[in-house]
Amino acid sequence: MIDPVVLRLSGITKRFGSLLANAGISLSLHRGEVVALLGENGAGKTTLMNILFGHYVADEGTVEVFGQPLPPGHPRAALAAGVGMVHQHFTLADNLTVLENILLGTAPLWRLSLGRRAARARIEALSRDFGLAVHPDARVGTLSVGERQRVEILKALYRDARILILDEPTAVLTPQETEALFRTLKLAVAKGLSIIFISHKLHEVMGVADRCVVLRHGRVVGEVATAETDRHRLAALMVGEEIMPPAVAPPKPGPVLLRLDRVTTPSQGSATGLRGVSLDLRAGTITGLAGVSGNGQAALSDLVSGLVRPEEGRLELAGAEVVRWTPRTAVASGIARIPEDRHSTGTIADFTLTENAILEGYRSRFAKGGWMDWRAARAFADGIIATYDVRCPGPETRIRLLSGGNMQKLILGRVLEPGPRIILANQPVRGLDIGAITYVHSRLLKARDEGAAVILISEDLDEIMSLSDTVHVMSEGRLSPGFARGTMSQAELGLWMAGHGFADAA
Amino acid sequence: MMSLFDILLSATFWAAAVRIASPLIFATMGELICERAGVLNLGIEGIMVIGAFSGWITVWAGAGLWEGVAVAMLSGMLFGLLHAVLVVPFGLSQHVVGLGITLLATSTSYFAYRLILPEVTSPPRIEPFAVWEVPLLSEIPLLGPALFAQTPLTYAAFAVAALTALVLWRTPLGLAVRAAGENPSAVDAQGLSVTGLRIGAVMVGSGLMAVGGAFLTLSAFSSFFFEMVNGRGWICIALVVFGAWRPGKAVLGALLFAAFDALQVRLQQTPVGQVVPYQLFLMAPYALSIAALVLMSRRAEVPAALMQPFNRGER
Repeated sequence: MIDPVVLRLSGITKRFGSLLANAGISLSLHRGEVVALLGENGAGKTTLMNILFGHYVADEGTVEVFGQPLPPGHPRAALAAGVGMVHQHFTLADNLTVLENILLGTAPLWRLSLGRRAARARIEALSRDFGLAVHPDARVGTLSVGERQRVEILKALYRDARILILDEPTAVLTPQETEALFRTLKLAVAKGLSIIFISHKLHEVMGVADRCVVLRHGRVVGEVATAETDRHRLAALMVGEEIMPPAVAPPKPGPVLLRLDRVTTPSQGSATGLRGVSLDLRAGTITGLAGVSGNGQAALSDLVSGLVRPEEGRLELAGAEVVRWTPRTAVASGIARIPEDRHSTGTIADFTLTENAILEGYRSRFAKGGWMDWRAARAFADGIIATYDVRCPGPETRIRLLSGGNMQKLILGRVLEPGPRIILANQPVRGLDIGAITYVHSRLLKARDEGAAVILISEDLDEIMSLSDTVHVMSEGRLSPGFARGTMSQAELGLWMAGHGFADAA
Repeated sequence: MMSLFDILLSATFWAAAVRIASPLIFATMGELICERAGVLNLGIEGIMVIGAFSGWITVWAGAGLWEGVAVAMLSGMLFGLLHAVLVVPFGLSQHVVGLGITLLATSTSYFAYRLILPEVTSPPRIEPFAVWEVPLLSEIPLLGPALFAQTPLTYAAFAVAALTALVLWRTPLGLAVRAAGENPSAVDAQGLSVTGLRIGAVMVGSGLMAVGGAFLTLSAFSSFFFEMVNGRGWICIALVVFGAWRPGKAVLGALLFAAFDALQVRLQQTPVGQVVPYQLFLMAPYALSIAALVLMSRRAEVPAALMQPFNRGER
C-alpha cells in the first residue's frame, strides 16, 4: 500500500521578468518519506521553497498540504498547516536563549504570559524523543553550529510540523554530526513525519533519501527512486551532461616555499587562534586543510595573508624568517589569496571589474610615476575576462551585478595571472555550481603543475580529498599531521575533525 | 550654607532627584523599546519638545491634565509613525531621519506656539499636576518624602518602566519585539511581520518620549519655553546604553544622572560654589555620565540588528 500524499505541488510556474525560475514544477511527498531535491544554484529550488512558504506568489500552480490548498502569499499558512523549514542560514537570534528562540511566534502576540515552564518541559520531551540534545536556557550565541541546527529542528517540531524541509543541512556539519542528524531524521520518519532534503552532496542524498527529484533551469528533469540510481547518473541529470572529475597527475614536489614552525596566534573574539601549528608548503603541491569552520582556518588564512603575526614560533618564506609581516609584504612575496567571502573581503561591490581586478597590483603594476595607468589596468581586466570566461557586459560593469561564479572567476584571474608562488584558496568554490566548481578546480591544479604551492581550505571533504596531495585536519586551532593522498578515509578524517588523535587532546 | 553631607541626607535633595529623573525615565523607556526592536530613534529630542508643547497647549486650552498627557502621547506617536515609515519599510538612514524628525518636531512646536499665541511675551502658566502623597508610605523618614510625595506622573514613570520590563521579557509580544532587534530574519521565518513590529515599537516608544516631554510642562515647570528640553533626549540615548538596554539598569542610570544634577545645583550654593565658576557645576552631571558610561557599558550586549534595515530576500 502506498502511503497518503501529505504535500503536493502542482504545475508551479514563476517568472521574474524574462527569467523563468520555475516552469510547471510538480512534486508530491508521501507520509514517512524522505525526498531529496537536487539541483545546481539557480535551478529553482529556493524559488520553489519560497513559493511553498508564501514568500512569493506563483504565477500558476497550486500547493496542497494534507489535501488542503494553501492560500498563496501567506507566510504563516504553510507553518500553520504543519510544514517546518530548517534554513541553510539559521534564523536564530544569538542573544536570546534556546527557549526564547523556540517560543518566538508560537503564542498569539497579545497573550499575557510566555508560559516558559510548560514550554521547557515540552522542549525537553522533544529533545529526548528525537535525539536532539541541547540545553533550553543556553544562549544561542554560545552553541556550536550542530547544536544550532538542532534548535532549528526543535523549533519546527515544537510547532507540530509534520513535514520538515531541510535546506543544505549538512553543509556546516562534521561527518559525525551529519550521522547524528541522519539518525534524528530516521526517528522522525519512523514517527510518520515526511522530509524534503535539499542538497548538493550526492553521497548523502544516496544515504538518506527514498526518492530524488532533480531540477535544472526551473524544470523537473528527473525523478528516480534512490535505490535505482547512482551518484554519477544523478550528477549528470543535475548538470545535463556527464561531468568528469579533473584528472590529477602525480605531484612534482619542489622546495619548501613557506614553513610554519610551531606557530601560535592569539584568538580574536570567538575566533580560535593557532596552537603550535607546524606546516611545510612545497612548490608543486596542493595542501588541503579539512575541518569544521571556526577551528582555526581563519587564523591560518589571516597568518598566511599577513593580517596576523605569529605570537610564538617562526614563519619562514623560502628558508628565511620573515620580519615585519604585513599584507603588503605577503603580496610582494608572491602570496596570492582567494578570500573566503568574495563579497566582503574579495571584492568591492560598487567598483568596476577593472578596479576590482587591480586591487592587489594597483601600486606596482598599474601605476606610472604616481598616476594610475588605466590603459594597462583595462587591458589586464580584458585579459582576465577573455581567459577566464567571465560573463559580463564589459570591464566597466560594477562587480555587484555579476553572479557569484563570475565574480569568483574574476578573482581567480586576479590571483593567478601574475603567476604567484603561493596560493591561499579559502573556500574557493563555496556557493558555485558544478560547472564553475570544475573550472576553478582545474585552474588550481594547473597552477600546481606550474610549480605553485596551493593551500586549500574547505569544509567539503570530497573537495579536499579529490584535490589535495597532502591533507591536514584542523581542530580547535591545532593541525593534524599531513596525510598523503588516499591514505585516509572520510570517516578517519572525520574523527580528527572531531578532535580525536591530537597529542594534546583536551 | 550646607555641606555635601547635609545635602545627601536631606529629603528635598532626593525628592528633587526622583523628580528630575521622571521625564528621563519615560523617554529612556521609549528609546529602549525602539532600540530593542532594532531602530535607533534620534527623533527623541524633538519628540520630547512636541510632547511638552502639545500637552501644555491642550491644558491651556481648557482640557484636563490627563487629556494633555494623552494628546502629548498621540502627537509623539504621530511623529514616531513618520520616523518608522521612513526607516522601516523604506530603509532610510536612521541617523539622518532621526535628526530630521528632531528638527521638524522642534520647529513645528515653535511655529504652532507662535500661531496660537502670536503676541505673548511670557508664556501663560497652567495649573500643573499636584503632589499626591501616598498614605503611610510618605511618612517613612527620608525615603518617604523622596519616593512617595511626588506627582502622579512620577509614579506613572516608574510604573511604565516596570511594565516595559514585564512586556519585553514575559510576553510573546515582547519576545517578538526583542527578536526583531536581534535577528529580523528569525521573526520573518515565523511568519510574523518585522515591519509591523518595528513600526509598532517605534510608535509606542515615541509616545513615551512625548510623555517625558509633557512631564516638563505639566508636572515640573507648568509652562512652555523654547529650549526647555535642553538635550534631555540625547541624555536618554546615553542612558539606554548605560543601562545595557535593560529597563531596570536604565532607571538606575536616570536616577544617578538626576542625582548629579540635583547635587550640582545645591553645590553651587556651598562655599565652594562661591569660588568655582558655576559652569563647571553645570557640566558635572554630563562629565560624570560619560565616565559612568565608559565604565558600565563595556560588556553590554547591543541588540544585534540595531540600525539594520530588514528587507526580505536581501543577503
